[in-house]
Amino acid sequence: MNPTNIVIFSIGIVFSLGLCLSGMTQPEKVTAFLDFTGNWDPSLLMVMLGAVTTYFTLSRFTLKRKAPMLAQKFALPTRVDIDGRLVAGAAMFGFGWGMVGFCPGPALASLVTLNSSVWIFVISMTAGMYIYGTLDTRFKGEPDGGAGALERSAEALRHPATATS
Amino acid sequence: MENFTPLASLAGGVLIGLAAVAMLLFAGRIGGISGIYGGLLTADRGDTAWRAWFIGGLMAGATLMAFLHPESLDIVINKTPLAVIVAGLLVGIGARLGSGCTSGHGVCGVGRLAPRSLVATTVFMMTGALAAYIVNHIFGGAV
Repeated sequence: MNPTNIVIFSIGIVFSLGLCLSGMTQPEKVTAFLDFTGNWDPSLLMVMLGAVTTYFTLSRFTLKRKAPMLAQKFALPTRVDIDGRLVAGAAMFGFGWGMVGFCPGPALASLVTLNSSVWIFVISMTAGMYIYGTLDTRFKGEPDGGAGALERSAEALRHPATATS
Repeated sequence: MENFTPLASLAGGVLIGLAAVAMLLFAGRIGGISGIYGGLLTADRGDTAWRAWFIGGLMAGATLMAFLHPESLDIVINKTPLAVIVAGLLVGIGARLGSGCTSGHGVCGVGRLAPRSLVATTVFMMTGALAAYIVNHIFGGAV
C-alpha cells in the first residue's frame, strides 16, 4: 500500500466531513440557497466564505514551496483564457446543480446512504462525464487555476489582448 | 431563513478548505472533485489509484458522519427519476466541459483568484439560481 494514497484517503475523509457538516449533502438546503426568491437559506455563503478564505490564505504559503511533500512537482492548470467551453460547461453544470441540489462531491459521499435518487444521480453524472470524454478527448478536465496563476492572472487582467493562449 | 446554520456551515467550509489545501501541500494538485473523479474514466493506468482512494475517503467520511451527525445525511430528494437523470447528465457533462465544479472552481480556483474560475463560479451560481427558481416557482417543486 502506497503511503501517498493513505494521505489522500485521509484528505478525502476531511473533505467529506466538511461537506456533511456544512450542509452540502442536503440537497434541499442547497436549492434553498440558490432560490433566493423563496425561503432563502444563506448557509452556503458561509461554506464558501470558510472554504475560500482558508484556501486563499494557506495556498499562498503552500505554493512558496519548491515542491509538494509527496510529489515531484505541483501539477496545476495554467490556462487563463475565457472560452465558450468554460462558460457553456459552467452554465450546464449550474443548471443541473440547481435542479436537484447535488454537485459531484456531496453526491459521491452520499452514495453510502444507499438513497436510490443519489445512485441515479451519480450514475447519470458518470455517464455524462463518459459521454463528454468520448465526444472530446482533446481537452482533459482541469479545474482551473495555474502554477503561478496569481502572477499570470494579474498579467492577463492588465493586458487582456495578449492573454489568449 | 429559519434553516440558516451559520456556524456549522462555516466550520464545514473551513474543513473543505483545509482538505483542498492539504491536496495541494501533499500531492501538488487541485482538490477538484469532478476532475479527480472524472479522471478515473480517462486517466492512464498509473494515475487512477490515488483518485479511487480519494473517492473512498469521501465515502468513509460520510459513513462516519452518518453516525456522528445523522441529520447531515438525511437526504430528501422529492424529484422524479427523470429530473434526477437530466440533472446528473448536466452536472457530469458541464463539469468536464467547463473544467471544474464547485470544489475545483468554486473553492480552489476562486481561492487563488484564477480568472477562469471566477467566471465559471459566477456563471454556475447564476444558472443554479435560475434552475432553482424554475423548479420551485414555475413547476411548484414538482419536476
